[in-house]
Amino acid sequence: MRYLPLTQTDRQAMLGFIGAKSIDDLFVDVPAEAQLDGPIHGLPNHASEMAVERHFSNLARQNMSASHHPFFLGCGAYKHHVPASVDHIIQRGEFLTAYTPYQPEIAQGTLQMLFEFQTQVARLFGCDVANASMYDGSTACWEAIGMAGRITKRTKAVLSSGLHPHYVSVAKTMAKYTGDTLDTAFPELSAETDSARLLAAIDGETSCVVVQYPDILGRIEDLSAIAAKAHEHSALLIAVVTEPVALGAIKAPGEMGADIVVGEGQSIGVGLQFGGPYVGLFACKEKFVRQMPGRLCGETVDAEGKRGFVLTLSTREQHIRREKATSNICTNSGLCALAFSVHMTLLGEKGLRGLASLNHALAVRAADRLTQIPGVELINDSFFNEFTLRLPKEARPVVRALADRKILGGVSLGRLYPGVNALENGLVVAVTEVATAEDIEAFAAALQEILA
Amino acid sequence: MNAINQSGWKPEMVGEGRHDVKTYTGNKALMLEEPLIFEIGNNSTTGVDLAVSPKVISRLGNLERHRDIALPGLSEPEAVRHYTRLSRQNYAIDLGFFPLGSCTMKHNPRLNEKVARMAGFADVHPMQPIETVQGALAVINELAVWLIELTGMHGVAMTPKAGAHGELCGILCIKAALEARGDKRSVILVPESAHGTNPATAAFAGFSVENIPATSEGRVDLAALKSRLGPDVAGVMITNPNTCGLFERDMKAISDAVHAAGGYVYCDGANFNAIVGRVRPGDLGIDAMHINLHKTFSTPHGGGGPGSGPVVLSEALSPFGPLPFTERHADGHFSLVEEETAGERHPHSFGRMTAFHGQMGMFTRALSYIMSHGADGLRQVAEDAVLNANYILRSLEDVLDAPFAHSGPCMHEALFSDDGMAEGFSTLDIAKGLIDEGYHPMTVYFPLVVHGAMLVEPTETESKATLDQFIGALRSVAERAKAGDPLLKSAPHHAPRRRLDETQAARKPILVWREPEQAVAAE
Repeated sequence: MRYLPLTQTDRQAMLGFIGAKSIDDLFVDVPAEAQLDGPIHGLPNHASEMAVERHFSNLARQNMSASHHPFFLGCGAYKHHVPASVDHIIQRGEFLTAYTPYQPEIAQGTLQMLFEFQTQVARLFGCDVANASMYDGSTACWEAIGMAGRITKRTKAVLSSGLHPHYVSVAKTMAKYTGDTLDTAFPELSAETDSARLLAAIDGETSCVVVQYPDILGRIEDLSAIAAKAHEHSALLIAVVTEPVALGAIKAPGEMGADIVVGEGQSIGVGLQFGGPYVGLFACKEKFVRQMPGRLCGETVDAEGKRGFVLTLSTREQHIRREKATSNICTNSGLCALAFSVHMTLLGEKGLRGLASLNHALAVRAADRLTQIPGVELINDSFFNEFTLRLPKEARPVVRALADRKILGGVSLGRLYPGVNALENGLVVAVTEVATAEDIEAFAAALQEILA
Repeated sequence: MNAINQSGWKPEMVGEGRHDVKTYTGNKALMLEEPLIFEIGNNSTTGVDLAVSPKVISRLGNLERHRDIALPGLSEPEAVRHYTRLSRQNYAIDLGFFPLGSCTMKHNPRLNEKVARMAGFADVHPMQPIETVQGALAVINELAVWLIELTGMHGVAMTPKAGAHGELCGILCIKAALEARGDKRSVILVPESAHGTNPATAAFAGFSVENIPATSEGRVDLAALKSRLGPDVAGVMITNPNTCGLFERDMKAISDAVHAAGGYVYCDGANFNAIVGRVRPGDLGIDAMHINLHKTFSTPHGGGGPGSGPVVLSEALSPFGPLPFTERHADGHFSLVEEETAGERHPHSFGRMTAFHGQMGMFTRALSYIMSHGADGLRQVAEDAVLNANYILRSLEDVLDAPFAHSGPCMHEALFSDDGMAEGFSTLDIAKGLIDEGYHPMTVYFPLVVHGAMLVEPTETESKATLDQFIGALRSVAERAKAGDPLLKSAPHHAPRRRLDETQAARKPILVWREPEQAVAAE
């Protein structure tokens, strides 16, 4: 076994030192009836590196990968080009094989990186502070709702119909057990968001309003009015950003009055990975910091007065507070936060703005091209790199037919909102810098043919 | 033959070490200081080249961002150097022995990294049509089958994103099962030695948490547990092997008693590495157990995540598991059970815990690890992990207090206390002394049931020579702590930083970087 350094001679010598006759002597506390007599029957034994790699190559080939085909999916996970140096850095053993920085004297690499990450996220979201990351956007969204409940001591959350339906599902699951009430609705295939519904729903019992920006259909709206109404009733505005690249082009939610901004950081540095691991982003106003979930990295000094970083405010966390903690969360998404931070550092202000501008321009071109197809209608007045088309027929079989033509042509609303007939003709199309003019043309030609 | 002496030059050897020599840069040879990106980058530098955007009329809804975001950029060489320098201030398994108890810091095979990066897995979108991701679903399904077989359980929920998320999944299954039978039980029993996540999870799900005492042997007090069981107890959360490094001998009796009283048994599977391939939790009456893929199955800890915490479930709890999950059909085709088909296929599910399908990147790595070891290798993993821990326990019990050494062999980790140190010396000093010796310290001050706990988990991927050197080093540091060596009190001396002021960090938190003038203004 290539991963096990002990030799048979070592094992014998060590057993002798311990005073055990055989390895079984070390398992005496396991009742005999629960002991297996040997390797579990019916399972294969160990395999060579070559054999394992071959198995995975065969399975990988059965998947249509985003890099090999015209690709237009979004809805909470985006395909962006990740610079080669990002993957190099995250594979350095000192980052890859380190643990949570509980011994700060020998973990300054991870800690300084987290401090930089927190600052990048806070600035991007237009907030005062950010934490060291959460599991993903959907769990960060629920944690924000929970946090708003702790701050306002209220239990009614109003969720925009433009919030990703999986995020709504996660919140519904959790709310069943915490006693929170969630006011939710399905979106409509129109340029109008449901901000009127949200404004009407906010009252003295509301803990928070949750709005995705840009929303699930790609629409962008000014959050200021919702923030003002929420604050009038001492409720919080939570903004959810599933495509952080957008914030290189449009105003930060914090600028418009959001109290907590959460998001999915996948699109910067992390990659698609069939849904995970991703990285939840979590930022808020400074006055709420002691109610935040998750790890926080803070600056301090060492015994010689040198600047250094530590995990801090851990009295909020489960390993100290146990059943009174702000969350049961124990890990963050450290390596994905590193990937996000390295990519963001490579982009910088200039690169992020350039990337955002390129995404928007290509999306505008694609929208213009696709709406030339008879019967295809753009529902958005505004969008960043993702928009929704109304097709003349149900979108789901169209997406499958596109896949048959080797084009990954968006996410059908039928997949996201099964059974909601009013949405079944909707197709959400994301266009990022990886889409070439030829890809857009191939997509349009295939779509036209399928709809004809 | 020495090439330098051939040239006729002889180095002058200075006799005394001079550690206090100040350098202009603050660097000490390979130990390099590194500023923050905010101090070295700027808004106009970038490390990426982008195509020029075609000119279009903006459709951003009049929400263009005008203010600077203030995100400093670095060119690629600067960025690579920045992060490489930072990386060298980290301790890691690749550098040395990392015996962090309860965390299972084993070697992370690089084959796993390679397969996870295959485009067919790394570059696939979670909402692609099912027909285009059959290989990805096959990976999830194959791993699920292995986890079920290795644990002897009925089903598995693959989506939880980490151990604590898995705990939540298991507890929500219990809650859903109770609700399905109209049972309003409100109490979860947790041993004093439990991980902090256990009570935090139970409390989140609306249960009240009560402690179960331990015996002097370091195990759950079965009699005390039995006397507390009743119609208000929803279940127990037990870690087995427990956090004192001991196997809960009475586990089956505990399960039987809890079941007889109408409750469920949650097992914290953090320590599964000790028993994988030798004991199946399903044979001990467990109803739910999370498996930390980043512990037992070697997916990298990454400086604090991402983890992955699939939960194996008994027949009683499987119907309540979360969405989505994969299904394999007779023809070898895979499908996903999501909200759409749940009504027909999985009507009692408690719902969705996360967007998408879980930590796919961790599934590929864990499956690669499992296939590499196979049934025989995994059993050997448990045996070597337990052998290594017992070797450490017996090698050090004469110099360090081992409160449960009399309880029999330990499992995969050895527990010591700080009993017997000189006045004013404690576990923290031993930990910091180990840093100077070139080790990552063991887990300290956990479990809470032992004074100044030191929990040493060597794992199976360490050689005897590594263990012998560590034993020598820990013995030396322990002896210095007993003798009251003042230099130990101020350790570490050789790390990139001396002890850090955590009190100051918490009293006046600085969580983001501000320009110096802004920082003053914020005072």
